[in-house]
Amino acid sequence: MHGQSSIIVESKDVEFYYSGEEETVWPALSGISFTVNQGEYVALVGPNGSGKTTLLKLFNALLIPSRGEVLVKGISTANEDTLPEVRRTCGMIFQNPDNQLVATTVEEDIAFGLENLALPSREIQNRVLETARLLGLEKLLKQPPHLLSGGEKQRVAIAGVLAMEPKCILMDEPTAMLDPAGCREVLKTVRKLNRERGLAVIHVTHFPEEAAGADRIVVLNEGQLIADGAPGEVLTNLPLLHSLGLRGTAAVELAALLRADGCPLPPQILHNRELVDSLCSLEQNS
Amino acid sequence: MNRSITMGQYIPGNSILHRLNPRLKIIALVLLLVFLFLLDTFSALGASLGLALALFALAGVPFSYLLRGLRPVLYIALFALIIYFFFTSGGVVLFRIGFITVESEGVEQGLFIVARLVVLVLFSLLLTLTTTPLSLTHGMSYFLKPLSHIGLPTEEVAMIMAVALRFIPTIMEESQRLMRAQLARGADFETGSIFRKAGSLVPLIVPLFVSAFRRADELALAMEARGYRIGARRTRMHEDVIMLKDWAALAIVIILIALALTFDL
Repeated sequence: MHGQSSIIVESKDVEFYYSGEEETVWPALSGISFTVNQGEYVALVGPNGSGKTTLLKLFNALLIPSRGEVLVKGISTANEDTLPEVRRTCGMIFQNPDNQLVATTVEEDIAFGLENLALPSREIQNRVLETARLLGLEKLLKQPPHLLSGGEKQRVAIAGVLAMEPKCILMDEPTAMLDPAGCREVLKTVRKLNRERGLAVIHVTHFPEEAAGADRIVVLNEGQLIADGAPGEVLTNLPLLHSLGLRGTAAVELAALLRADGCPLPPQILHNRELVDSLCSLEQNS
Repeated sequence: MNRSITMGQYIPGNSILHRLNPRLKIIALVLLLVFLFLLDTFSALGASLGLALALFALAGVPFSYLLRGLRPVLYIALFALIIYFFFTSGGVVLFRIGFITVESEGVEQGLFIVARLVVLVLFSLLLTLTTTPLSLTHGMSYFLKPLSHIGLPTEEVAMIMAVALRFIPTIMEESQRLMRAQLARGADFETGSIFRKAGSLVPLIVPLFVSAFRRADELALAMEARGYRIGARRTRMHEDVIMLKDWAALAIVIILIALALTFDL
C-alpha cells in the first residue's frame, strides 16, 4: 500500500513438508508467495487439509518453511535469535479458547506474553490494564478463565496478544467453538482493532459470511494458493468455490439461483443487504 | 455446576493475612509447626489454639470452613486416640474391659497428641485458606530456587504447577461432561461390586486422558506462540516484594514463640 515499509508478512515461494513426509506426493504447502500489508484484513479460506493452519503457523515461526522464506517485518522466521521479535509482531489466536489460556486469572494471562518478553513489572501492569480497558475486560481481571464465556475467553486471548503490541494478528478459526453471540463479540473486537489501530489480520475461516467482511480473500487448495482477491471477486466466483466444496455467502448463493431463473441481478452481490436492495429496485422498475 | 468448583481451598478476601507475602507466610507456618512440636503442656497448646482462632477471626474466614478443613483429620484423630487409650500404660487405671485397661497416662497423651494435631492443621489451613494456589506455588518455588544451582529447572517446575492449577477446573468440567455423555449411553457408575465400578470408570478415564494430551499439545503451541521459551529469562507481573508489614508479621510470630518458650507456658 505505502511501499516497502508497510509490508508486515511476506512469504517467498514457500514450500513446507511435515517432518518424515518428504517422500509423500503432496507437500503441505508449495509455491506460496504473497504479502500482507499493514492494516489489511485477509481471510484465508479453503477446504479441510488445504494448508490454511500450516500457513498461519509459518507466519508465527511455529513452523519453519522447508524451502523458500517467510519474512515478518523483513526478518526471516528461520533465525533462532530473532524469534521473540517475530512472535511479538505476529500474535496468534487459536480455535479452542480453553487451550490457549495459560494462567489462573485473566490479568495473569494477559501478562503472560509480556512476562516472556521480560518487561519490568510496572510496565506489565500498565499494559495489562490498558489492554483490558481497550477490550472491555477490566471487570474480569481477577476472574479465573473457567468462569468466562467462550466469547470472553477469546477476547482474553486477543488481549494477551494485543498487549505485546503486535503488527498482525493471526487467527485460526477463532469463532468455530463459540455461540453466535460470542462470534459477534470476537469479530467486532478484531474488526475494531483492524480499523482503529491499523493491525493487519489474517483470519482462517470456514464461514463465507466472516470472509465477506475481509478486505481480501486468499483461497488455498491442496497446499497451493489458487485465488487471491477482493471478496467481491472471490466469493462471487461460485464455480471455483463449489469445485472446492466451499460456499459463497447466503446472498451470493441465493442471487445465483435467482439469476438461473432469469432474474436480472447485478453480478457483484455479496451481502444480504445488497441482495435485498437489488431485488427492491427490480420491483420498482418493473 | 462448574461455578462451584473452587481453586484449592482459597477463600477470597482482603484481610491482612490475605495480603501478606506468601514466602513469609510459609516461613511463619514452619516456625509455628516446629514450635508446636516443642511444647509439652496443655496450657501452651491452649494458647496456640487461641492464637490460631484469633488469626482465623482476623482473616474473616467463616467458622464452617474451619470445621470442613478439620474433617479429614477426624479419622486420624480417632485412630490416635484409640491407640493411646488402649496401648499406653502408666498412671491410674481408669477402667478395665476384660484384659484391656485404659490408664490415665494414655488418655492424657492421646488427648495431647490429638489437640496438637488439631492446632497444627488449623495453622496450615490458615495458610491455604488465605493464599491463592498460585501465590503458594510462587512462594514455594522461591524456596526451591537454590536447587537450580544443581541443575533442577525450578522455574519450569513452578510453571508446570501453575498450569496444572489452571487446568484442574477445566478437566473437572470435562470429566462431568464425559460422565453425563456415558450415562446418556446407558453407562452405570453406581451399582455393582467395587471391581465393576472401577471397570465402569474406564470409558471415562480413557477419553479424559486422550483429551488432556490433546489440550497439552495445543497449550504448548499457544505458549510458544506467545513467546514462552524454556530456559529464557522471564519477569512477573506481580513482583514478589517483601514489605515492612511482612517482616513485622514474622517478627510478631517469632517474639510470641520466643516468649512462650522462655516462660515455658
